[in-house]
This record gives sequence, structure tokens and C-alpha cells, in this order.
Amino acid sequence: MANEAAYKPGFWGWVNRRLPVDVFLRSQLTQYYAPKNFNFWYFFGSLALLILVMQLVTGIFLAMFYKVGENTAFDSVEFIMREVDFGWLLRYLHSTGASAFFLVIYLHMLRGIMYGSYKTPRELLWLFGMIIYLALMAEAFMGYVLPWGNMSFWAATVIINLFGAIPVIGPGLVEWIRGDYGIADATLNRFFSLHVVALPLLLLLLVALHLVALHEVGSNNPDGVEIKEKKNAQGIPLDGIPFHPYYTVKDIFGSAAFLTLFAIVVFFIPTFGDLFLEKANFEPANPLSTPDPISPSWYFTPYYAILRSFPDKSTGAVFMLLAVSAFFFLPWLDRSPVKSIRYRGWIYKTFFAFFVLSFLGLMYLGLQPAQGIYVALSRICCVPYFLFFILMPFYTRWDPVKPVPARVTAHA
Amino acid sequence: MRKLAIVLLAMGCLPVAALAAEPVKAEPVKWEEWHAGNSIEDTSSLQRGARNFMNYCNGCHALKYVRYQRMADDLKIPTDVLSRDLVAPGSNALSYITTSLPAADAVNWFGKVPPDLSLITRSKSPDYVYRLFKTFYVDPASATGTNNLAYPGVAMPAVLSDLCGVNQAVFRQDGDQKLFDHFESVVPGTLTPAQCDDFVRDTVNFLDYVGEPTQIERRTIGIWVVLFLILLTWLTWLLKNEYWKDVH
Repeated sequence: MANEAAYKPGFWGWVNRRLPVDVFLRSQLTQYYAPKNFNFWYFFGSLALLILVMQLVTGIFLAMFYKVGENTAFDSVEFIMREVDFGWLLRYLHSTGASAFFLVIYLHMLRGIMYGSYKTPRELLWLFGMIIYLALMAEAFMGYVLPWGNMSFWAATVIINLFGAIPVIGPGLVEWIRGDYGIADATLNRFFSLHVVALPLLLLLLVALHLVALHEVGSNNPDGVEIKEKKNAQGIPLDGIPFHPYYTVKDIFGSAAFLTLFAIVVFFIPTFGDLFLEKANFEPANPLSTPDPISPSWYFTPYYAILRSFPDKSTGAVFMLLAVSAFFFLPWLDRSPVKSIRYRGWIYKTFFAFFVLSFLGLMYLGLQPAQGIYVALSRICCVPYFLFFILMPFYTRWDPVKPVPARVTAHA
Repeated sequence: MRKLAIVLLAMGCLPVAALAAEPVKAEPVKWEEWHAGNSIEDTSSLQRGARNFMNYCNGCHALKYVRYQRMADDLKIPTDVLSRDLVAPGSNALSYITTSLPAADAVNWFGKVPPDLSLITRSKSPDYVYRLFKTFYVDPASATGTNNLAYPGVAMPAVLSDLCGVNQAVFRQDGDQKLFDHFESVVPGTLTPAQCDDFVRDTVNFLDYVGEPTQIERRTIGIWVVLFLILLTWLTWLLKNEYWKDVH
């Protein structure tokens, strides 16, 4: 792409002779062609980016008033809630933002699975996304510990103790992570450092890689058709439209609609019925009093329910790890000749439906006490969850697929 | 001393209460379903609640995250009333609301330090605090002479007994379990039951405010933010459609 702007007179030319701003904007926005048939499910990528920025900005301001330390953390959060101007707003934006982030990421991942967006040539794009998901889980978990409420303390205790299930090095590793013999001041301090410096940097790097990989291969679409295979005389995909202005205006609309729903939660139901901010976390951390029941945030509960489905902690931890890491292998497990669920057959659709239901079921069950019917139902839900992945190489090959059209079928 | 007095009073009155007892009702009282029904928007209720708190709770319980002046501003309490009636001796308007009960004495007298109540309505709920106030009953086996249905074994004595009276709990046997059935008044309070209920509701309302002093501001601003965003969503929808006219 020629750097035409470099020959322009004036300031714009001066800048572009030194920095390829114009080339960048063209290649990534005004001459980056995206399929014209994106539907509702395609809002969540840009929304995730919006929430990331919002979490960074609110986080920067919260860190100006938050005082890390086992004797100061809880009080400083209440100071933010009561005495910092609009501190309550910063805190609720950040706490609601964490949950919104996961909601949006889960829908984004579901979209990827539905339309086969992880398949060739987008395997690396999918892997970067999955690493972002893992980094985000670590980021959210450590952020959850920072207010130093009683659920912060006990969730940290339970989650870090999981590393104790690793043979030989487990107990030593747990102590190394905590920096003490129990969850203590040292743990809180290192989690603060990781939450506000290390993991945000990692997330930004990974998001950059995710976007570069996306723009290299181009977006998939609800039809799973490669738009680059049908181009006009100028080399522009026939079913492509420039990202800017078409998808920028569309994503601005999506962002405004999202922010409306988001604001309703922030201003009217910030605790979201004990799901976004839990009652037990309005009590300071207390090593002598265990909240009943201890449950992690809703976005971790599918895996937590899997962990609890096994009578033995080590086996549970292994299956929990498998449940998360299975997503990494999707590009190679899926043997179907088609990408999109629109052209897949009833066998795949059945497995997919049961997978989604089992994921939601586990999410609900992980929030319930670990007893009786809840554990039994969790065990039942584990079966379709794992079968979706384990049997995928087989059922995707037997699946009676429909013919895929040459061009995209419709646009919103 | 006071504890002893309550116990003696209650014991002395038991036979009288038994005589006066009404026939047992068929339906047990479902205290677990009682709701505080308080309203944060009711400023006079909040003011009465603040008065109740200072008179009946602050002797033992602190509100360590709340300053007197902030409370007065939010609850529209005039400064002279604040300093005359509400600010504790040794504190000033800018102080946080502490208690004059020394921690060591508290441990001696009650076995534990009474908790700070700044966040009680958030870590439990306003309904919980309401039920706690309303379900004290005479229990000679307890150290305070009273026990509580919402918080069995609570270290706190029934501090509102002079206002709301003393109740006896009537249990019924259900298999191996002893289940609560209903209350019977042993000693009437100086307030009528309805006045007592209002007293408790005002106090719970105040604690609800204390749990999150910004909640009125939050909802007031929220309405405008949401209205603005709905308008913005509509405008951006029109903008999007205008651009997308070209796409076929």
C-alpha cells in the first residue's frame, strides 16, 4: 500500500513522512474489508475491547485511593464508596465491568464455536483468544481478592489450595504463591501487583496479537464463507465492506445499547442479587469465620461445579483443568467440512445444544451448596460437556452437512 | 444489672403470662418472611432512625465509616441539633461515629466486642436486622436472659424491651424438632406494637442508609444517565441505518 499521504503538503504530510499513520488507518480501518453479513453475535468483540478500556481507566482511578495491605484494604474500599467523590461510581463500574467482561467474552466464544471461527485459517486467532480468556480469569480472581472481604479471603484460600493437588511440588507451590503459610498480607500485596501491572500488560499484548491475527486472516461470518475467495477487479472482496465507516457506526450503536443495559445494573442493581458483589464480602476478611457456602464468582462456577463433581480433589482438579483446556483443541477436534452451524447437520446441533445447556447448568449448580441433588446434577452435566469435545472428531465427520453457498446469504 | 432485672422481671411474670395466654393459633408465625418495608427516600424516618441509633445502639455499636457531619448533611439534620443531641461527648461533627464502650469491658460483659454496624445491612440485609430486633424472647438459659430467633445465641441483650415489651416464645413439638410457633407478650412495652414496629423500621432504615450513603444519589443520577444512553442508542441506530443504506 503506497504511502500517498507522505507526499501531501502541510502537517499531515510531515507526520506521515515520519510515521505511517495514514497507511495504518487505511490498512486497518478504511480499506480493511469485513464481511457484510455480521449479525448480533458480532458485537461482542468490540464490546470486550470497550470493557477492557473501561476497566483500565476505572482501575487507574481506584488504585489512586485503594490502600493495599491486610489492615487497610477493606477500609480503603469503604473510603472509596463513601468519601471519594464518585468513588462509588468508580467501584461499581469496575465491579460490574468484571462481570460484564465475562458475559461478553462468553458470548464472543459461543459465537466463535457456533460459526466455526476457530477453523482454518483462524487457529492462532482462536488460541490467542483462549490465552486472553485464561489471563482474564487470573486477572478477575486477583481483583476479587483485593477488597479483602471475607469471601475474597476464602475464595483465595480455596482456589490457591487447588495447586496443592499437583503431585510432589503442590504443597511447596501453594506456599510460594501465597508467600506465607496462609492467605495473608504478602498474598494481597503480590495479587495487587499482578492485578494492576503484570496481567493488564499481558492482556494488552495478547489483545494486540489477537487483533493483528484477526486482520491478517480476516473475520469469519455467520455463513462461514471465505469472502477473500470472491474478489472484484480491484481485488476487493465482493461480500466485504470497509470496516470504517460501516462497522464503526454499527459498533458505536452496539456500544450505546450495551452501555444502557450496563448503566441500569451499575446505578440500580450493582450487587445483582449477590452475583456481582456478594453479601459475605461486605464483612472484612476473617480467617476464623468461613462464609457458608463458599462460592466463586458466577463466571467461574461451571468449572467449580466440575471440580466438586468428583469425590477426590485431585481428580476434580484434573477434570476442571481439562474442561478449560479442551477449548484450545477445538480447531483440531472439529473435522467438519463446514464452519457455520447454519450448514451443519442434526448430529452436531444436538451435541452443541447439550453442551451449551450443560455449561449453563454447571454455572447454576456451581452457585449452589455442594450437597445432594446439586452434586448429582453436576455429575450428569459433566457428561455432555466432555462428550462434546471427546466425540467431536467422530460426530463432525458423520454429521450430514448441507451445501455451503458460494457467497454470503444476507446482511443485517 | 439491667440483664438481671430483665430476667427477674420476666420470670416473675411468666405465670401471669400463662394465665393470660390466648388459645394456640393453628398457623405458626412465619417470622422468616417478615420484611422491614423501610424506605431510604423517607428522610424523616431516617432522622428518627438516627436518633434511635444514638440512643439505643451507639452505647455499644460504632459506625466507623460514617462521619457525623456527612450523616447530618444527607439526612438534613440541622447543625445545632446535630451537635446538641447526636454528637457523642468527646467527638465533634467531623468525627467518625465511634462508641464509648471500651473493647475490654465489652469482652468482659458480653464475651465479645459488639460489631461495627456500618455494613450490617449489606453483609446481611435490612430484613435480617428487622427480624433480629423483632424476635427476641425470654430464655432463662441464656446469659442475657433472652435469646433470638434470627440470631440464636446472640450476645446482645434485648435492648428495646422497655419500649417493645418482653415476649415469650411458644414452641411446638414436631417429631424430634422444637419449632417456633408464636410469641406471647409477657410484659408490655411503653410503645404500642405498631409504634414499636415503626421504631424498629426507622432504625433499620437508618442502618440501610449507613450501609450505602450514596444510594439515593446513585439512583437519582442513574435515571438521567440511562435516559441519555437510551437517546444515544436511538441516535446511533439512526446513524448506523443512514450509513448502511449503501450496503446491498
